[in-house]
Amino acid sequence: MADLVLTKQSLDRIDSILATLLARSGAHTVLLIDKAGQLISFQGSMDQEKVSSLAALTAANYGATTAIARLFGEEEFTLLFHKGKDENIHFSNVGEEYLMITIFNNNTHLGLVRLEVRKSLEQIEAMFAENLRQWFNA
Amino acid sequence: MAIISFRSDEIHCKIVYYGPGRGGKTTNLITIHKALGHQVRGELLSIDTSGDRTLFFDFLPMDLGTIGKFRIKISLYTVPGQVRYNDTRKLVLKGVDGIVFVADSLEARRNNNIESFLNLDDNLRDQGKSTSSLPVVLQYNKRDLAGSRVAVLPTEEMEKDLNPSSRFASFPASALRGDGVRETFKKICMMTVIDVSTRLLKDKGMSLTGSGP
Repeated sequence: MADLVLTKQSLDRIDSILATLLARSGAHTVLLIDKAGQLISFQGSMDQEKVSSLAALTAANYGATTAIARLFGEEEFTLLFHKGKDENIHFSNVGEEYLMITIFNNNTHLGLVRLEVRKSLEQIEAMFAENLRQWFNA
Repeated sequence: MAIISFRSDEIHCKIVYYGPGRGGKTTNLITIHKALGHQVRGELLSIDTSGDRTLFFDFLPMDLGTIGKFRIKISLYTVPGQVRYNDTRKLVLKGVDGIVFVADSLEARRNNNIESFLNLDDNLRDQGKSTSSLPVVLQYNKRDLAGSRVAVLPTEEMEKDLNPSSRFASFPASALRGDGVRETFKKICMMTVIDVSTRLLKDKGMSLTGSGP
């Protein structure tokens, strides 16, 4: 797992992608984290302490689920979804090393959230790929 | 895996407390959590505990303030020490930047210490890392039992077992009483922050206290 250096430009770009996701999907919080449990960016309404815990727990949860997937001969489950009475959480793989967590309530629908998450993922993955290209060319 | 953000000038590092089961890893975190003011520490999160054994991990986020222009944020984790939870240990070790190995001073636990230390190197190798490529600090815990009726290993013996060439800094400690916990923690934080910042800032021609882009 490589270290990550985030420039102001790439963080601004990530924030704007996440903000668009919130506006279009009706979700209320979205986080981008790495699979080691460190927070990269978050948009929405949640206090900072809870955000750190959520990042650590999600990464562990995702790791545990990947171990379950391997028991069945799957490489990994690329998305997870937890449904609660009022709140729902959607987890999605971003490339090899990152995860996107979207939290939404019953004011919106899973289908819409999934659609918008997929659009955002494509943009973020393209951005990471571009950063990597620049880094190799530098 | 460390993260450096140049927008908020933050460095995020991950430190893992590793060691055999019932060695005092969680107690270390509880003591650190109690000893530090609310402005420094976040909430201590313990999950999946059945009785006093860690089944998944404990997590304590901290904000250590600024060095130079960078704000240092550290996440402390413990692993479950029991042998059968190796998959969970691998999971928690993912992206680690610094390690505290908490060894148990009880003579009866000598082999568990050695096994756990070898297991640490095995698990690090899976990530392409090793105890020689990462900051590692050893802690010889439960020194308060020396002089009691329980047989306790002298620290020299433990050094021979775990640190024969004195590669690592080591501290005697009693996590329960709080002795040596702060020293261990300070040392690993310092080593990790220096290691991460040298690795990540050097490429940009910067240092922790130097000027940036």
